[in-house]
Amino acid sequence: MARTAVHGRLSWQVATVGAVTEETDSVRTIALDLPDWPGHRAGQHLDVRLTAEDGYSAERSYSIASADGEPVAITVERLDDGEVSPYLTRELRPGDQMEVRGPIGNWFTWGPHDGGPLLLIAGGSGVVPLRAILRHRQRSGSTVPVRLLYSSRSLADVIYREELDQWSAEVRYTLTRSQPSGWGGFSGRVDEAMLARVAWPASQRPLAFICGPTPFVEAVAELLVARHYPASRVKTERFGGA
Amino acid sequence: MALDGNAIGGLLLDIFAVEMTSAEATCAACGAVGPLAETTVYVRGPGTVVRCRRCTSVLMVMARVRGLNCVDLSGLAALEVTRSYD
Repeated sequence: MARTAVHGRLSWQVATVGAVTEETDSVRTIALDLPDWPGHRAGQHLDVRLTAEDGYSAERSYSIASADGEPVAITVERLDDGEVSPYLTRELRPGDQMEVRGPIGNWFTWGPHDGGPLLLIAGGSGVVPLRAILRHRQRSGSTVPVRLLYSSRSLADVIYREELDQWSAEVRYTLTRSQPSGWGGFSGRVDEAMLARVAWPASQRPLAFICGPTPFVEAVAELLVARHYPASRVKTERFGGA
Repeated sequence: MALDGNAIGGLLLDIFAVEMTSAEATCAACGAVGPLAETTVYVRGPGTVVRCRRCTSVLMVMARVRGLNCVDLSGLAALEVTRSYD
């Protein structure tokens, strides 16, 4: 019964942890081996369930960091007062097992048929699903123009930096708290002037994806609507953290 | 901390047995129409509360009681599920 999927419902399955990659001091990417994974679309999530020996269990939702067709991986940021993320970012080792169900969500996803031009705006670890979209765009051979504006506290907090640095024409960083000397990118919070330089004009019918902490997403979405982006072309995903 | 409907995709799938973040919800109070993904969601209470992003009225309340999902949809005028293409 445990392995029989009820139609339309997701079953929990056991994932085995594969490679673990430290992205920054507080963020790691965890590859998951999932023998019964049905495949996913860029931007989707999965739910993780951890159960303690006394039966107490906690569930969290994480964005999938990999593109369609790639092995499943999640990128997790440690929140020191969190219940789940300290375990995932400190204790978890390759070979460990945990329960996973997914993929989940079809709204905050992108495929080549959705078109563009694409404007991706990330706050902190909100870059995770946008990285999946960026990778999927490349792997699918899509020629849809793309720009990623990534707001991070400092350069050391930039997740996937090595990978994103290869997209020098498409990726712009803004560093909100500290900038290295001679920093040539943006500084401070995403504002109107920054979007005037990065955002596609509304006349090009851009498709925007914004992901980050709730206040960040609210502020950026408002700025895009002020730039005449129709609300239906601005997709948002907010996270709190726990 | 307020989240949005993307965060409860798994719970919605549990209850409705179809992908629901793209489903169009109509607020019974103000008539706003939009995908559940864009609603305001509070998950820290005893249950999950979904509110209209425009007028903040309660659209849905979901709570798990003795193993049963209890769902109150009285804040919705309509909930339209479009078939996904895959």
